[in-house]
Amino acid sequence: MGKNNRPVPLLEQTGSGASSGSRLLLALLLMTVFVGLALALLSLPESAQGLRGEVTAQMDRSGVGHPVTAVLINFRGYDTLLEMAVLLLALIGVRSLAPVSHRPLPAPGAVLDRLTRLYAPLMLLVAGYLLWRGADATGGAFQAGAVLGAAGVLLLLTGWRLPSSLRGWPLRLAITLGVAVFSGVAALMTWSNGELLHYPVEHAGALILLVESAAALSIGITLAALYLGGHPGEEE
Amino acid sequence: MSPPLLYALVGGGIFTLGLYAFIVHAHLLRKILAFNIMGSGVFLILAGLARRAPGGVPDPVPHAMVITGIVVAVAATALALVLMLRLRDASGHAVLPEAKEE
Repeated sequence: MGKNNRPVPLLEQTGSGASSGSRLLLALLLMTVFVGLALALLSLPESAQGLRGEVTAQMDRSGVGHPVTAVLINFRGYDTLLEMAVLLLALIGVRSLAPVSHRPLPAPGAVLDRLTRLYAPLMLLVAGYLLWRGADATGGAFQAGAVLGAAGVLLLLTGWRLPSSLRGWPLRLAITLGVAVFSGVAALMTWSNGELLHYPVEHAGALILLVESAAALSIGITLAALYLGGHPGEEE
Repeated sequence: MSPPLLYALVGGGIFTLGLYAFIVHAHLLRKILAFNIMGSGVFLILAGLARRAPGGVPDPVPHAMVITGIVVAVAATALALVLMLRLRDASGHAVLPEAKEE
């Protein structure tokens, strides 16, 4: 990097390129957009089941007790698999594009430093709890992954970095584990009963737990790595 | 007016406000922020409308979509921010070329 030696403030003042007249016109146009949107929303029936009936009817074949988890990993598992792939692609994009910042981080304040020491283990515990709880109540892989990612971001803010021995294949393995396990399970299901992500009822619970654990780990580490931006292996 | 519908209407309002900021601001960081606000409006519409089911138990399908959507939106925002930083490194400005000419 450093083609530009002149430091550019991130939020330099730029003209918006719009006069107040055209802004007013735009506001009026967007008002009609909103009115159209509101009319569409108001025209919807006051009370609608949506797909709740279908989901409830199939719940005892899903392997879990919470409808959102059942929809995520079982009924619409293909969707979730592709979303995991989107996450992985975004991280690959970020890591190939982002320069590693050599700006020294400001030393963490006493509050951040102390609280992170206190919170990071607690957040790991909460992530594990949310993951386990997802089978029967609100929670699950995405929530657990978000908490895990937040713990990672807090640690990165205090200046902590992954030990260099873990930055190579262990990190890559953890990042791809979610997609790998999910597609592995999908392939296994295709092989054993001919349908992608069609879990047999007696093994559905265990398979969902396996997929969710791998997904939560990958989501958490991916989110923290996205925050870091560049390739952590090139930092030295 | 039922609460779910109110949430959905507020979501529509947030979406429209985000769209306004997205069009008006030339700076890409502001555009990315505005785009995220538009997304939050969409999530609010989905979560609100899922609550229309009688009996207070919401429709789980839109909720599952919102959960994955939030995580994907965070990832997409990170990618957008990195692209913006690269553009700023290359050109010295975090605005699109056509906006700079005006």
